[in-house]
Amino acid sequence: MTAGRVGKVALVGLPLGFLTVFYLYPVASILFTGLYEDGSFDFSPFGDVLSSSSLRGVAWFTFWQAMVSTVLTVLAAMPIAYVFARFEFRGKRVLSALLIVPFVMPTVVVASAFVALLGRSSPLGIDLNRTIWIIFAAHVFYNVAVVVRTVGGLWAHLDPRLEAAARTLGATRWQAFRTVTLPLLRPALTAATSIVFLFTFTSFGVVLILGGLTYSTLEVEIYRQTLFFLNLPLAGALAIVQLVGVSLILWIYARYQRRRRVAASLVAASQVARPPTTTRQRAAVAATVGYLGVLVVAPLAILVARSFGGGNGGFGFYRALTETSSSTASVSAAEAIGNSLWIAAVATLIALVVGMAAAAVVAYSTGRAAAGFDLLLMLPLGTSAVTIGFGMLVALDWPIDLRANVLLIPLAHALVAIPFVVRISVPVMRSVRSELRDAAAVLGASPARVWREIDVPIAARALAVSAGFAFAISLGEFGATSFIARPDTPTLPIAIFRLLGRPGTLNFGQAMAMSTILMAVTAGVVLLTDRLRVRDVGEF
Amino acid sequence: MLAWRKPNFGRTRLIGAAVGLTLIVSACGSSGDGTLTVLTHSSFAISQTTLDSFTEQTGIEVSLLDGGDAGAMLAQAILTKDNPIADVIFGVDNTFLSRAVEEEITVPYRATGLNGLHEFTRLDDTNRFTPIDYGDVCLQYDTAGVLPADRGGLFFDPDTGPGLVVEDPSSSSPGLAFLLATIAAFPDGWQDYWASLREQGVLVVPSWTEAYYGEFSGASDGDRPVVVSYASSPVAEVVFAAEPIDEPTTAIVEESCFRQVEFAGILDGTDSRGDAAEFIDFMLTNEFQEDIPLNMFVFPARTDAALPQVFVDHAVIVEDPWTLDPEVIAANRDAWIEEWTEIVLR
Repeated sequence: MTAGRVGKVALVGLPLGFLTVFYLYPVASILFTGLYEDGSFDFSPFGDVLSSSSLRGVAWFTFWQAMVSTVLTVLAAMPIAYVFARFEFRGKRVLSALLIVPFVMPTVVVASAFVALLGRSSPLGIDLNRTIWIIFAAHVFYNVAVVVRTVGGLWAHLDPRLEAAARTLGATRWQAFRTVTLPLLRPALTAATSIVFLFTFTSFGVVLILGGLTYSTLEVEIYRQTLFFLNLPLAGALAIVQLVGVSLILWIYARYQRRRRVAASLVAASQVARPPTTTRQRAAVAATVGYLGVLVVAPLAILVARSFGGGNGGFGFYRALTETSSSTASVSAAEAIGNSLWIAAVATLIALVVGMAAAAVVAYSTGRAAAGFDLLLMLPLGTSAVTIGFGMLVALDWPIDLRANVLLIPLAHALVAIPFVVRISVPVMRSVRSELRDAAAVLGASPARVWREIDVPIAARALAVSAGFAFAISLGEFGATSFIARPDTPTLPIAIFRLLGRPGTLNFGQAMAMSTILMAVTAGVVLLTDRLRVRDVGEF
Repeated sequence: MLAWRKPNFGRTRLIGAAVGLTLIVSACGSSGDGTLTVLTHSSFAISQTTLDSFTEQTGIEVSLLDGGDAGAMLAQAILTKDNPIADVIFGVDNTFLSRAVEEEITVPYRATGLNGLHEFTRLDDTNRFTPIDYGDVCLQYDTAGVLPADRGGLFFDPDTGPGLVVEDPSSSSPGLAFLLATIAAFPDGWQDYWASLREQGVLVVPSWTEAYYGEFSGASDGDRPVVVSYASSPVAEVVFAAEPIDEPTTAIVEESCFRQVEFAGILDGTDSRGDAAEFIDFMLTNEFQEDIPLNMFVFPARTDAALPQVFVDHAVIVEDPWTLDPEVIAANRDAWIEEWTEIVLR
């Protein structure tokens, strides 16, 4: 076997092996446990799902709320992505980092901020509590960063002269956007859309907490059937319905994406973003900042405000977090931050190694097998956290018993982060025109050198964005994590949950302080990866 | 095989990473030898010094495994019963007891000290589960709220509806306990009771945290003066007050309480059965039992365990709580929850 061939095998083998061991095998095991009994498969739970009008209603609701949430998220995010890409203004970096913070916040904490903002005592005078609208608002709040950062990342490198040329030729502003910019953004836009769809399709906390029990998704039902009724057969049937639905959507998405491939000519972000000059531009920037203020900053500010108090000049709750009490349940802030950071670092590392290998396979290969591989990579995002968590518990006891191993936590996080890494990286990798590579080869560069000098620097940009997301996902993940047995390594979200599980103003205040710390850590990490990105590919 | 376009890849780095990952995983894989692993729910807590003292007395190290809420923990134990992830399980309560006994996840063990426990905690004749503590789920009200003079009536008179927030029994253990209280109190009329509560505008939320910190006027900016919570909540309020307070600003309705008993057991298939038995015995000593209230805010199962002063001052020991036989609960809970859902949510 040639060296190149070994490389290819490793590149396919690594992600395929990872997903087989940590996703396919566990999910198959738990479904088998649920549906196989006394020597044969029992398919009657499917009958129960299909014949129950309430469960059919749940499946339909799951689908349409995800569609609407996704469309609303894209609509809310595009103006922000545009302003961030085209204009340079004070505070842009911080705002862009803050945007990702909602992504990591525990739902139970965000929900309380949302109810304060859009509930009965709303300062805006609108009471959306327990309506479908508050679910949509929360989904937009959570996911807007996915679209802004993926689409905005590409937009920031699109040569503005293309659109200017179209305008010179007489196109209206809208025509120029629709016929020139939009097709170029499409790879990033479809990538972001598919991720947002999967997230909202498997929405759990938002629907459960804000929906007021009138609404329920497949994810919520799987949780209920597994944890409260211990009805694994029905949960298994629901999980399969969920998987089939997700696969179908992903398949349609893949077909759509394959038909539309455009290689763009990219320029350095610094050539694209300019300070706003006209009144109109300044107004656009100001409007975006104001809009973000309401959409993202206001709910977060409510939580921060609640974290102050409790004596000690307003820092009583933070002070209490530095004290270690004798109880096994108490967690100091330092301990939680430490656990969160190392787990997120390991998860990010795994997600980047596996995800970049997978992205290279998807970006540079064609054909049915590649499409299937692409679909497989996305599936974990569309799979119930209960299915993944309990699947790992059932399956991973051999050859090494990982079930109660602390490493299972970053592994589970990596599983959720890998689809991000792939979706963010593939469009960027594909955007490298093959002529560039051919030219290098003609000039005598070895294939390895072409890869090192052309593909790697370009992938580095995707790497930085992916790393930021993977880190954030791990910091905030509380889906699969909450269903695997965890050795005593409380992370920030776990500490927040523990505090919110007990009565007393001190506990509540400390939970808010811990939430504020989680926000600060997230924003800090994202600012840091953004900075890396700028330095590495500024010359791009 | 995939059809490739062109490139060649940096294989050494990738292979290196893969090998590295494998090494990390296998290095961390061999944990927990010689220590006793205790699977608990997330609300478990005890003083570290108490665990250390156990280690000192017996030479057995204890490591805790957080299994999520009580339902998730039990599901984990059932799913792994052929090859358990821990040696001891703590936190199965009387609403799940029969199911857990039926699944035979634990082995029978007659703990030393069993005779010194409150009679009402002795719910498992098979001794697969040993009672450790008990507590009550009750209506709790905001003393500053607008309420009728007869607080006992809060439970019996469904006119409480507009001021009441409860948890969904299909996703919350206090929610289920309160449903059971109403079934025990009105065996033939609980459906009407709930229909009336619904008419009056009772609010249902998915979990205790949303009810207490989201809607209850006694602990949040919510506007519901009555919540389903724990009998010990007013005590916790005093212990965990941001600014020290002498008296809690909430109280419980004694007539509304449902008793929960929590059990521990030795998981079937453990290699450390002897050590596990020692730990169960230790949980019934006064050293452990007297450490329970301030950590978990429930009461020791031992009759002669002394209570901390703050419990003596502020806790209400409910004299005559509602109870239901665990077998009756196990046989009916799914149907009850379904019926409740039809009446209250649909």
